[in-house]
Amino acid sequence: MSDELIENHHGSSHHHNHPHDNESPYSHDPSSHNARMKSDSEYMKDTVVPVEHDLDYFQVRVIGIMNVLKEKGILTTDEMRRAVEDIYSETPTTGARVVARAWSDPEFKGRLLEDAHSACGELGIDTSSLNKLIALENTDSTHYMVVCTLCSCYPRVLLGQPPTWYKSFPYRSKAVTDPRGALLDFGYTPPEGVELVVIDSNADCRYLVIPRRPAGTEQLSEESLTRLVTRDSMVGVADALTPEEYEKVAVD
Amino acid sequence: MPKFQVGEDVRIKDMYFEGHHRTTDYVKGKSGKIIRYFGSYENPEILAYGGDGKPFQDLYWVQFTFNDLWDEDVAKEEDKLKIQEMRKQKALNSKELKDKLNIEIYEHWLEPL
Repeated sequence: MSDELIENHHGSSHHHNHPHDNESPYSHDPSSHNARMKSDSEYMKDTVVPVEHDLDYFQVRVIGIMNVLKEKGILTTDEMRRAVEDIYSETPTTGARVVARAWSDPEFKGRLLEDAHSACGELGIDTSSLNKLIALENTDSTHYMVVCTLCSCYPRVLLGQPPTWYKSFPYRSKAVTDPRGALLDFGYTPPEGVELVVIDSNADCRYLVIPRRPAGTEQLSEESLTRLVTRDSMVGVADALTPEEYEKVAVD
Repeated sequence: MPKFQVGEDVRIKDMYFEGHHRTTDYVKGKSGKIIRYFGSYENPEILAYGGDGKPFQDLYWVQFTFNDLWDEDVAKEEDKLKIQEMRKQKALNSKELKDKLNIEIYEHWLEPL
């Protein structure tokens, strides 16, 4: 189900987002860019990253910008590589630690809901890159799900990079027109009687959803609980895993 | 001092100007309720063009029901057909119309109802 969704989303965002080579501005007359030292195609020959397949418009653009930064001596290739490495070193495990602590310690949960920045600070997590971090608790009466209809705002320091579906046009439009349909696309139906609250993360705030604590986890340690907290449950498009579901995933 | 209070009903201005709009089209002209005040932030519509973001803008959480958002009677002409189609396909079901949407809105986009 969710694979299908990703395929669909990818298919249509590809259609809107990534014109192919024949539509690329790189086919322009190079004389219109005569202030540059090299033509665009010359920049492209000198790539700073290994390339094995046809590039879409944005990949071409990124490589072009990287080459200009390198040639002008603004950044070295290694500095750019390290920056990319840093970006991908953030993972949802950080957010999962926060949720597992909140499940284990009601007083911590209270502080997290009150002031998420200082609560994360207690766990040594620096959230100062976010203007305002807000934790929202999914309960038996309220279910929160998060979308950014303008682009892809996401609490990256806690969850890493957003998944492709989060950035796709279909998710972004369906979440604010037919949210229950959007959840069903993920195979998810919120509990009966729950009020659904869609959060459009369009400005200065970033949101961490605390999923409902699964039944039968009363005896689990905080560390074991961390493994049940998935990325998607912290965006609110799924529940956390039950211990049985986790075992199944772990065996697979 | 923030101009609006928590609990106050507001309307999102239906304004158009050239440049970056941090308020999304689908809430323009719609009425909702202020449920939280977040503080004062640099204006992203000025930051977007390399400006200093001043003056700071008060930022609020405004809540709508899906009925407020997708009510045919208050919809813009160009949205009416789409909403009729959504209702026909039961994409907007009755349960869903009671669901809520919270969005962050800067003060210059708000007017009292």
